[in-house]
Amino acid sequence: MDTARTYRLRKRNRRQTRNALLFISPWILGFLVFTLWPILYSGYLSLTDYDVLNDPNFVGLENYRQLGQDPRVMLSLRNTMFYAALSVPLHIGIALLLAMLLMRARRATGFFRTVFYLPNMTPPVAVGILLLLLFNGHNGLVNAVLGFVGIPGPDWTTDSTWIKPGLVLMSLWTLGGSTIILLAALNNVPRDLYDAALVDGAGPLRRFTSVTVPMISGTLFFLVIVNTIAALQSFTEAYTAYFGAGNGTYSNDAALFYVIYLFRQAFEYLNMGFASAMAWLLFAIIMVITAIQYVVGRKLVFYEGEDGG
Amino acid sequence: MASTPILKPVPAVEPDPGRVPVPELSRTRPKRRSPLKLLLWLALLAAMAVFVYPLVWLVSASFKPQSEVFDNRLFPQTPTLANYVEIWNAAPLALWMGNTVLVTVLAAVAVTLSSSMVAWGFAYYRFRGRNALFFLVLATMMLPGAVTLIPTFLIWNALGQVGTLTPLWAGNLFGSAFYIFLLRQFFLGVPRQIFEAARTDGANDWQLFRHFALPLCKPALIVTLLFEAQAAWTDLMRPLIYLRDSSTFTVPRGLKAMVDQFGFAGNWHWELIVTASVITTLPMIVMFFIGQRHFIEGVATTGLKG
Repeated sequence: MDTARTYRLRKRNRRQTRNALLFISPWILGFLVFTLWPILYSGYLSLTDYDVLNDPNFVGLENYRQLGQDPRVMLSLRNTMFYAALSVPLHIGIALLLAMLLMRARRATGFFRTVFYLPNMTPPVAVGILLLLLFNGHNGLVNAVLGFVGIPGPDWTTDSTWIKPGLVLMSLWTLGGSTIILLAALNNVPRDLYDAALVDGAGPLRRFTSVTVPMISGTLFFLVIVNTIAALQSFTEAYTAYFGAGNGTYSNDAALFYVIYLFRQAFEYLNMGFASAMAWLLFAIIMVITAIQYVVGRKLVFYEGEDGG
Repeated sequence: MASTPILKPVPAVEPDPGRVPVPELSRTRPKRRSPLKLLLWLALLAAMAVFVYPLVWLVSASFKPQSEVFDNRLFPQTPTLANYVEIWNAAPLALWMGNTVLVTVLAAVAVTLSSSMVAWGFAYYRFRGRNALFFLVLATMMLPGAVTLIPTFLIWNALGQVGTLTPLWAGNLFGSAFYIFLLRQFFLGVPRQIFEAARTDGANDWQLFRHFALPLCKPALIVTLLFEAQAAWTDLMRPLIYLRDSSTFTVPRGLKAMVDQFGFAGNWHWELIVTASVITTLPMIVMFFIGQRHFIEGVATTGLKG
């Protein structure tokens, strides 16, 4: 009797497992073919010379040594870091400001939320084109507006000092997504916390630093990590605006982001081995930066139910 | 948790019932608050101008002749439809549109079907190693696309698919970690009793998924469809890698080719580029207005889940 029950249960469990695996099988197959094998093969390719036409030629760690010697690798890395360091804090800071304004817009909140999200629907290629046109030094709209208030605008799209700031400013155009995420987080902050702070005599600034920021710190942390990873892999807008077909006659090294250089090495110069090594360096850099953010974040993020911050 | 709307409009402040509104008081109150209120509305309107004006500028420029594209006028001085006529001769735009629609539909449908199946497998069943396997799903989201980029290209190359549209969508048949995560959360939000009852009524595993789980999670399926449709429509990197002949281009890839040809190669036709940009962007704007609520709630949800 008892063994019969265990047998039935076990049979049921086996059937459960079988059916579960059937449902999950597309992902398992995809993981093996499009993730696991590519990871392993990319690791192998990074130790070879490979141009697709000829078989990979094993060269050991040569590609990794070359990474340090190619000035463009370091340049593209610096460009990317500069862009991420500038765009991520601005992106999140302005998105937070807008979300807090939206909180007070009462019935118009929905309308403005929709309007702020519109740029996120614009294809990145079109954003790159808008960048070239709006930031044009001679007849662009940005400099026309700056001129209107008496500021002579720079040559955003040709002066290598101003190309990256221009890319940063253009990237801020699509911060509506983060604004919506932060607005949802702000709406989740319990009202009574503000009432309690008010009773304690906290001013607006104090209410912001002691109630708002801790209560949405989890969301801020999420946004910092996600936006940093995205910024480090930034490609389409800068590629559209500054890198043409052929041998890159219009290319501008000031806009050379890491993934753009990786892409060119892999698919324009067919240095697949070297590009694979570049991909692994990028992976390592992203891992290190995310780990640092994670460690710092653990200390700063306030989780409900914990004592203190 | 996600079955209830995440975002509710901020409730208007109810008048305090304890305080009967006295005419004198209600007249003085708005006066005291108005400067700050005015500032709030000015800031919101300024932000709106910054977000919307570039799109307005783009549309306006597409109705200007070549010599006026850069004049920054809101209303074209000599409005013309010539660009919208010329563009079809200047580039095989209709063909690119057809390619993009095909890729977009296949990519969105494939990823929604596969991801919902996988998500259901993780949400409903209990089996040994489930948590470890699900952790692996989440871990793949951390992997930069650059690492798998080249071997994935070599796979499609070995299959003879480079130059066709297949590599732009077929990978979606195997599910995508982000959507699996999103849909699993939805499935977990449905009370388990519903499924137990359906099973008692004789539904088998597939029927349970097809006739109970999927209909109950329709909002999440729509979010998945819309997000992936946008991703597929706007993607540039994969079309750059996989498409060779201009007859196979998607619209973003074609637009990039136009920038290279008409923007820089000495053959200045920014009015055509601007017009093609409008045509590329318009379907996304239309899709956004149709699925607005789903887009905004979908975005808000991803933040809260993280």
